[in-house]
This record gives sequence, C-alpha cells and structure tokens, in this order.
Amino acid sequence: MTAHTFAHLSNDLVYSAMATLTLALLAFSAELAFGDRGRVARTSRRTVHRVPVAVGAGGAPVDVDTPDVAELPEGDLPESTRAAKLGGIGFSLTVLSFVLLLAAVVFRGLAAGRAPWGNMYEFSLASALVVTGAYVIAVWRRPVLRLLGVFIVVPVLLTLGLAVTVLYVDAGPLVPALKSYWLVIHVAAAIISGGIFTLGGAVTVLYLLQERWERRGLSNSLSRRLPESEQLDRTAYRLFAFVFPLWTFAIVAGAIWAENAWGRYWGWDPKETWAFVTWVVFAGYLHARATAGWKGRRAAMIALLGLSAFIFNYFGVNIFFTGLHSYGGLPNK
Amino acid sequence: MTVNPPLSETPEDEDLLLESTTLSTQPAAVQPPSGLGLRSLLRWAWRQLTSMRTALLLLFLLALAAVPGSLLPQQGNAPADVADWISRHGALGRLFERLSLFHVYSSPWFAAVYLLLFVSLIGCVVPRTRLHWRALRSRPPAAPRHLSRLPVTRSFTTTATPQEVLDAAHRSLRRRRFRVDRLAGSVGAEKGYLRETGNLVFHLALVVLLVGVAIGALYGTRGSAIVVEGSGFANTVTRYDSFSAGPLADPQRLDPFSFTLDKFSATYQQGGKQNGAPRSFTADVTVQDSPTATPRSQVLQVNEPLVVGGTKVFLVGHGYAPVVTVRDGEGRVVFSDAVPFLPRDAMFTSTGVIKAPDARPTQLGFQGIFLPTASIDPIRGPLSTFPAANDPALFLSLWKGDLGLDTGAAQSVYRLDVSRMTRVGLEAMRPGESWTLPDGLGTITFDGIRQYAALSIAQDPGKGIALGSVVVAIAGLLLSLFVPRRRVWVRATADDEGTILVEIGGLARTEAGGLEAEVDALRSDLPDEAAPGAREPIEEYR
Repeated sequence: MTAHTFAHLSNDLVYSAMATLTLALLAFSAELAFGDRGRVARTSRRTVHRVPVAVGAGGAPVDVDTPDVAELPEGDLPESTRAAKLGGIGFSLTVLSFVLLLAAVVFRGLAAGRAPWGNMYEFSLASALVVTGAYVIAVWRRPVLRLLGVFIVVPVLLTLGLAVTVLYVDAGPLVPALKSYWLVIHVAAAIISGGIFTLGGAVTVLYLLQERWERRGLSNSLSRRLPESEQLDRTAYRLFAFVFPLWTFAIVAGAIWAENAWGRYWGWDPKETWAFVTWVVFAGYLHARATAGWKGRRAAMIALLGLSAFIFNYFGVNIFFTGLHSYGGLPNK
Repeated sequence: MTVNPPLSETPEDEDLLLESTTLSTQPAAVQPPSGLGLRSLLRWAWRQLTSMRTALLLLFLLALAAVPGSLLPQQGNAPADVADWISRHGALGRLFERLSLFHVYSSPWFAAVYLLLFVSLIGCVVPRTRLHWRALRSRPPAAPRHLSRLPVTRSFTTTATPQEVLDAAHRSLRRRRFRVDRLAGSVGAEKGYLRETGNLVFHLALVVLLVGVAIGALYGTRGSAIVVEGSGFANTVTRYDSFSAGPLADPQRLDPFSFTLDKFSATYQQGGKQNGAPRSFTADVTVQDSPTATPRSQVLQVNEPLVVGGTKVFLVGHGYAPVVTVRDGEGRVVFSDAVPFLPRDAMFTSTGVIKAPDARPTQLGFQGIFLPTASIDPIRGPLSTFPAANDPALFLSLWKGDLGLDTGAAQSVYRLDVSRMTRVGLEAMRPGESWTLPDGLGTITFDGIRQYAALSIAQDPGKGIALGSVVVAIAGLLLSLFVPRRRVWVRATADDEGTILVEIGGLARTEAGGLEAEVDALRSDLPDEAAPGAREPIEEYR
C-alpha cells in the first residue's frame, strides 16, 4: 500500500469514527433522557451504599444509588435496566470509535512517515483519540463514570468536526522547524494533557451540577445515578493531579526544544504565555483545594478556567495570533 | 479564636481533627492583628502575605498579568509591530507604552507580582520545612482516645494476648514501610513523609529556577547576524546586526570563535496545498573554535545548533542576497557586493536597498524587490510564486540625490531615506543583465544570487540551573501528589471478662486512596486466636 492509500484510509476511518460517535451520543442521550422514570424503578426499593463518614476514606467503593433488582417481580425488566442497556450500547460504540480513531491516527502516521501530530488537524485527531481513550479507561476502572458519556462525546465530535472541515491538510512531511524528536515528546505530552484536562473538565461540570442539586435538595434522573458530589470532586481532582505534572513536563520539554531551536528556553511567545497561564491557573486550583473557603465549588470553577485557558491556547492562539508556534498548517489569512 | 470542632474532647483529639483534613504542615488560617503596635501589625502583614489565600490571589494575578503580553505586540519579539501599534493608536498607544504594556514581562508591575509570590512562597515554605524536619525526627503521634472516630476503623475481638496482637501489628506495619512506635497498649504508625518532602522540594526548586532565570537575564547575551554564503562571522559585538546583553555581562569577552558559511541549501514542497512550504534547510559551515584552533566542518540545521563553548549558534531564517556591481557616471566601481534582501512573504518576495554614497556626479540609491520565481500580479505587482530561485528577477527603482549618510544619524541598511532624493528610473533585471542608468549616472549589473543564513547567537549561563531546577521540581511534584500520607493506630484492650478488643484506626489525606485496603490488609495480619507456640520477639525500632 502506498502513502496515498494510507492517507485515504485514515480519512475514511475518521469519518467512520464520527458516525459511531454520533450513534454513541444518541444512546448516551437516550440513557439520560429515559433514565429511571419507569413504574418499576419508581416503586422499587432503593439501596444506598454509603461509605462510613467519608472524610478521609479515599478509594472507597463508589457510592451508587442502585435499585434493588433482586426484589423485583420476575420477567419485568425495570426501566432503569433498559436505560443502563442504552448506556452500555453507547459505551460499546465509544470503544469502537476509539479503535477506529486509533487506526486513523496510525494510518495517518504511516501516510506521513512520521509522528502523526505535526499540524492542527493531526493534533485534533490525536487529542480526540486521547480523550476517548481516557474515558474508556476511566469507565473500565470505575463503571459509574460511564454517565460522563455525553460530556465526553460532544467535545470529541466537535473537535473532529472542526478537524475535518476547517483544519484539514493533506498528509505530508514537516517544515524543518518541527523535525525534531522533541516533537514526539513535547507534543505527545501536550496531547495527553489535553485529553485528561478535557476529561477532568467533564467530571468537574458533573460535580458542579450534582453539588448544586444536592445543595438544593433536588433530584432528577441524572442526579440519582451520578455518584455523590464529593466522589465526583475527588475523581476530578485525581485527574487534574495526574495531569498537572504531565503538563509541567510538556512545558519543560517545549522549553528544552525551544532552547535547541531558537536559542532561548522561554520567550513569551503567545503559545508559551498561554501554556504558562494554564499552568498557573491549575497551580491555583491545587492550592485552592487546600485553602479554607475555596474548596469545592470555587476550586472547580478555577479548574474550568484553567481548561478554558488550555482550549484557548490550542484554538485561539493558533488561529488569532502569529507567533513561533504557527504550525497549524492553516492557509495564510 | 478557632471554634473547637464539636467532636473533640481533649486537646490531643482537637489537634488530630484539625490535622486530619490535610495531614500536612500547612499553616493555619490567619488571625486578625491582636494588638495595635507596629510589631504586631507587621507580623500580621507578614502572616497575610505568607498565607495560602494570598498565594492563591497572587497566582491569579500572575496568570492575569501574563495575558496582555500575548494580546499586544512585545518589544522583545516584534519591535516593528510595537512602533506601528503606537503610531496607529495615538494617545492610547502612548498610554499603553507608559504602562509598560509593550514589555509586559520586564515591567515593574509584572515583577512586583512574581516577586511578591516568591516572597510569599519562601515565607510559607521555610517554616514548613522546619516543621517537617521536626516531624521527620519525631515519633508517630500517640493513638487518639477514640479510634472509632477516625475515617477508617475496624474492630474485632480475639483470644490472642494484647502483646501478640501488637507484635503482629508492629511487624505488619514495618513490612508496609510505616514508621512504627510502640506504646503501652497501642501501636502508632505513620508513612508518606516523602509527600511533604516532595512538596517542599518542589517549591524550593521554583526559587532556584527563578535564580537560574535571573542569572540568564543578568549575564546572558544574545544577538543576531546575517551571514551570506562565502562570507564569515567572528563572534565580536561589532559583527552582530543586533546585540543585547544582560547588565552584568561583559560584551568584550564573548567566546572567541569564528566560522564561514560555505553553502546554504533549502528544499521546498512542490505542488499541493502546502506548495512552497519549506522541507529542509542546511548550512555548511567551517568553524574555528578559537583563533588558533584547527578549522572543522559542521552542518548547521534548524534544531541542530552549532555549539562552541557556552555559546550556541542557531539557524533561524534565510533569504536571498542579489550580487550587484554599481559603476558611477565616471565608470568607477562604487559598489560591488551581495546585498541581503529581507523576505516579505512565504514565497520569498524580498525587499532590499543598495546604497552607493561614493558615486559621482550624485549619490545613488536603489530600492529593490527580488523574486526567486518571478511573476507579476495584476493588483499587487511583482510577486514571487515559489521560494526557490527557479526564475529569479530583480526589480530596481533608482534614486539620485543625497542619501543622508553624512548627518551622522544611524540609518538602517534596509531602508532608503528618500527625503532628499528624486526617483529617476525603474528596471526589471535577470541575472547577468546590466542596466545603463539614465542621465549618464552609470550602470548596475545583476551578477548573480547568493543565499544567506539568518543566525541567532546566544549564551545563557543560567540555563543549566534552570533545567536542573525544573527536573527536581517535577520529581518533587510527583512525590507531593502521589505519595499517600497515612497514619494507622492499633490498640488492644482487655475488658472486664478478659476478652481482648482490638481497634484499628486509619487516617489519610483526603484525596489519597487505598487507605481502606491498607487497613484491611493490616487487619488480616492480626491474629484472631492465641498462637500455640512461642512468640517471636521483635526488634525495637526507633
């Protein structure tokens, strides 16, 4: 097979992944919409598994508010199980999309003969892959996080949509400035960071919703099946705590590369500036979690601010600013 | 005063509960000043500055302060854009200039934010280091009275003696790398001191990073130079096109190397959406590390700088230098050289200026456009369609009069001051062609084309420190985020009927997981019934 065939195959795989993701989105949305409103679910006794006074008990089994299926009359499938089935279908489709995206990225790399993240199109593709992969791993380790589905699939679909319409460039070799093994290291770290920032952001949004519902004593089909807000907060924290050193490394790797390519390790190029802003905001998030009066909701808002800075750094800086990081491969304005 | 948590009964319990949320040496909340004296006010101000809340505020200020530098052109990166911005915006431009908005990162207010942040950091980290040092050398705390109030608790009864249970607990905890302390009737254990160590190391490494950055800013030098094929560069200040040095750097003592650019070559993408995109740049140079060293050949590429001593030479750009010879009205050669033209677009439509001050009867100046692959755009005029010199052409407009070089004022070699000159002609030339200038002013010959390399030459004595500090910082960060800090207590008490009740209590930092599993594992190591044989003695650990 030639590079040309690989490139076409990669493109087809991206479109297939978008199709399966759209179906996954439908399934996830249906799960949320048709939740546990059925007759049986309404009347079935609910067992609540709670961790004893969860002040410091990390890693406790996830608190799930599950209807006690054992007590239901036989042959009557509860609505909530049907909803769970929809969620399961959505998740399976997401796993399939992950495999398709993985293949798309691999073939793109084969077509270009290099690490497949040399321009914005490829970066978007790889980010979508990482977000999807991080979600799949998260669900595998904590099944209840499957409920994040919609919040993951929507940004991934948007990113892919933007990639194939606005950002697309043909597979090809790189400009000399990007020919460095630091491209593999620095950009891979940035992509993985981006994926986990996004996942953390999705969990944070759920946390904020759940926290609000808990505070007001509200209950709905989503709130009943989500873990307690405290649990969501902890999950989000773990994701951000995992990604913060990685993001630090991505910046440092970029600085080493910059020193080797431009003669200075830091020059306040717009991309560098916004990477710094993102870093500082997440440093603020980590501090806020240990500061009285800033825990919980406020810290969560800071995390979302940091995520916005990251996203702006990716799209905004590449598109609106001219700087040394103008590698987007976009046509000149 | 702090309100006692309702759960606490003894001072010991209160401390424990206060600490249970963090298990760290984090400072307590700041109290308002207790007196009116200057001393207490200063102490209060210092506590405010070093509080976590202030650090948080300063972090946000730092993030916010960094933003305008990405929105407005900056003196360091784009001086021409700054001048343009100021002239286009009039009073607003001048106001922004006064507010240092065009050199944000060296502005007093940006410095104020990060210096305050670092003072706050040091003021917070130093006392915490002292506390942590003390904690490292002290025993794990004694068991709180009510183990059942800890976040993770287990209890069971056993027929084994308290001695057997506590011995087993001691062994089990030691094996789990806990620091264990044996007291009458209980065992206390703690692990994860590296968490706080990592945290402190991370913050101190940031201070070292700042020192590295400062050394670079004070002692570093950097500059740029254009070197045409066939010509050389010697590392002295006069040879630079632009040069900046830190206030403590000595520009007279640069690394004494020199090199010649033998050949520059570039390849570009042919056809397709990315037509003309560069694919490779290579500069072949012959280097002499010092005036007495033997010359050596080296290839200079983007991402592959030339390193001589502490100085690095980077290939940052390239362009074309048409070679021209100017003869004046009297037939004398008044100019003959390669003239670097600056590229104006991705296809290397380039502009430049040729000045012949010695020409007679009048001084001559040429404004030129060089096109490596020439075409004429009906709207925009002469335009290159490809960056390689496939079909080169030079468009010149001739000016005569006073070049203005005798006024003593510095003049750019890329700009012609035409205020006292008049334009007398226009010509398009191919390599090898000559143009007989009008009015008997002489001739100009377009002899050929050479390429030039735009180089950036930098020397930063602080970068090693900066790199070392960030490596240490990341290591510290990993420890501070991923090492779980835990305390576990085991108590064995006999009730009135002689039954032995064993209680286990565990405490961890809120976010860290796995405490339950750890406590369960410990539980399974403890005997449910008395051992039949003799007891193993255990070594005393301190």
